[in-house]
Amino acid sequence: MNQLIPLPIVLPLLGAALSALTGRWKWVQRALSLSILTITSAISVALLIEVDRHGPLVMNAGDWEAPIGITLVVDRLSAIMLCVGSLMLLTVLIYAIGQPGAERHHVGFQSVYMILAAGVAGAFLTGDLFNMFVSFEMMLTASYVLLTLGGRREQIRSGMTYVVISLLASTLFITALALLYSSTGTVNMADLSNKIGELPLGLRQAFAVLLVVVFGVKAGLFPLFSWLPDSYPTAPGPVTAVFAGLLTKVGVYALIRSQTLLFPDGGRPTGLLLTAAALTMVIGILGAIAQDDVKRILSFNIVSHIGYMVMGLALFSVAGLAAAIFYAVHHIVAMTTLFLVGGLIEHVGGSSRMTQLGNMVKSAPVVAVLFLVPALSLSGIPPLSGFVPKFALVEAGFAGRQYVVVAVSLLVSLLTLFSVMKIWIGVFWNPAIDPPSGPVHTVGRLGGPPLMVGATAILFVLGLAVAIAAGPLYGLCERAATDLLSPDGYIRAVLGTMVGSGGS
Amino acid sequence: MTITLAFAAAALFSIGTYLILQRKLSRIIIGLALLSHGANVLLMTSGRDGIAPLIDSGDITDFSDPLPQAMALTTIVITFGVTALLLALAYRSWLLTHDDEVEDDVTDRAVGRGGWTDKEVDDELTAEATALPDESGTGEAAT
Repeated sequence: MNQLIPLPIVLPLLGAALSALTGRWKWVQRALSLSILTITSAISVALLIEVDRHGPLVMNAGDWEAPIGITLVVDRLSAIMLCVGSLMLLTVLIYAIGQPGAERHHVGFQSVYMILAAGVAGAFLTGDLFNMFVSFEMMLTASYVLLTLGGRREQIRSGMTYVVISLLASTLFITALALLYSSTGTVNMADLSNKIGELPLGLRQAFAVLLVVVFGVKAGLFPLFSWLPDSYPTAPGPVTAVFAGLLTKVGVYALIRSQTLLFPDGGRPTGLLLTAAALTMVIGILGAIAQDDVKRILSFNIVSHIGYMVMGLALFSVAGLAAAIFYAVHHIVAMTTLFLVGGLIEHVGGSSRMTQLGNMVKSAPVVAVLFLVPALSLSGIPPLSGFVPKFALVEAGFAGRQYVVVAVSLLVSLLTLFSVMKIWIGVFWNPAIDPPSGPVHTVGRLGGPPLMVGATAILFVLGLAVAIAAGPLYGLCERAATDLLSPDGYIRAVLGTMVGSGGS
Repeated sequence: MTITLAFAAAALFSIGTYLILQRKLSRIIIGLALLSHGANVLLMTSGRDGIAPLIDSGDITDFSDPLPQAMALTTIVITFGVTALLLALAYRSWLLTHDDEVEDDVTDRAVGRGGWTDKEVDDELTAEATALPDESGTGEAAT
C-alpha cells in the first residue's frame, strides 16, 4: 500500500512529459491525461479506504529515515482532500475537452494541467514544510501559465497581479521556513511538532501568525484576498473552475495542517483566526453583491466561504474541524460545478455579464437546473450538501461560545442566497437589458456540447451524493478531525519510535 | 559572518519591498528578485557554518549544515523559472499596451463608481416605458 503514495504525484508528472512529447496528436494527449487522472482518482480512493481503516501511511523517499529524508504522509484529512481533488481534476478535464476553446488551441494545455494535478497532490501528501513549498510552486507555476493562456490584455493584467502576489507569499514562506529551521533545526512537520514545544511561547505565536499570513494569501483570507476576484474570472472557463475548487482549498488545507500539527498547545492565534474568518465572510459576500459579472460574483463567493472553513479551524474543537473539513469537501464540489455552469452560461449567452444575459431558463433549461441546485446548496438550503457543514459549524460555534461569529455566519448565509439569486434572476429569469451584439452560439436542447454538460452533470450528481451520504461522510470528517487534534498517531507513523524523544 | 549576512538580507528585503511598491512592471520584477535573494540569504544563515560537508574530507563536527544550502538551491531554481515567466508576461504586457505600468482593473473601477448600476436602472426604466403599452409581459419581468 505504501508504494501507492507517491503515484498521485509521479504519474501526472510523467504524463506531463509524455503529453509534451505527443503534442502533435491531440487524441493521444487526451487519452493519456484522462487515463492518468482516472488512475490517480482510483488510487486516492484506495488510499482513503486504507487510511480510514488502519491509520496514517508513510513513505520515505529513497528509504531515508523521517527527519532527514523526503517524507510523504497520508492521513484521513489528506486522503479526503486528495480524493475530492482528483475527482474534480478528472471531471474538469472532461469538460475542457468538450469545450471549444483553451484545450483545443493550446498544445501545452494538457501538460500544464498535469503539472497542476501533480502540485495539488504533492501539497496534500507531503510530510515536510519545504516540500509543501515546492508543491505549492509547482501548482502555482502551472496556474500562472493556465491563467494567462491566450495572452489577452486583461488576462495579462490580472495574471501579473496574481503572479506577483503569489511570489510575494512564496518569499514569505521561504522566510518563515528559514526562521523555523534556524530555531528548531528541522522542517519535517512531525519532527517540528515535537520540537516546537521547546521554543518560548512568544516565538511560537509569531510562527503561527507568520504561517497564517503565508497560507492566508493562498487561501484568500480577508485582508489578503484582493488578487482572487480580479484574476480568476479572466482565465478560460475550466481553468477557473479548477482554481476555484482546488487552489484556495489547498491553502485552507495547509492552514488546517500547520495550525493543528505544529501548534498543538498554546501559540494558536485563535482570536486572529476568528476575526479574520468573520471579516472574510462579510467582506467577501458584500463584494459579491456589488458585482455585475457571473464569474466575479462567484469568485467573491469563494472568498466569503473560505471564512466558514477558517471559522471551523479557529474553534479548534473536533466538531469545528469536522465541520471545516466537510465544508471544504462540499465547497470544492459546489464551487467547481458553479464555475462550470458559469462556462456554460458564457457559451450559451456569449458573455458572463448579467446585463447582457437573460431569459436563459427558456433558452437553456438544463443549464438553469444545473445552476440552481448547487447555488441553493452553496447558501445552505436544508436538504442539500451545504446545509450539513453549516449546521455543524453553528453547533460547534455555540459549543465554543463564539456567538458573534455564529451570528455573522448565519447572516452571510442569507446574503449568499441573495447573491446567487441575483445571478438566477439576472441570467435566467429576466430578459437581457443590453444583449450582446456578437454572434451567439446556437445551442441544442442540452444548452452546450454534450461533454461540457455531461461533466457538469457528473459534478451535479456528486454534489447530491455528498448530501445523501452526509452521515457517513460527516463520520469520516469527525474521525479526521479527532486525528488532527491529537496528532500523536501522525507523529508516531512518521517518526517511528522517536515519538516524544525531543518533545516536552 | 552571520551578522554580515543578516544585514545583507535586511538590505535586500528593504530595497525589494521599496521596488515592489512601484507601478512600473520592470521595477516590480527586479524587486521580487531582490526579495527572493534576501530570503535565500536568510535561509543560508539558518544552518551552522563550517567547512564543505564532503564525506571523508574532515571531522563531521566541522561540517557546515548542507540542508539550508540544498533548500536555497531549490528556491533559486524555482525563482529563476518564475522570474523568466514574469519577464515573458511583462514583455507581452508591453507589446499589448506599449506601457510598463500596471493597469487598473476596469471592471473594479466600474463597480466602484457604480457606473453599471446607474445604466441598469436607466435601461430598466426605459425598457419599462417602451414595453408597457404594447407588451405588458416583458414590462412586468423587467421590474
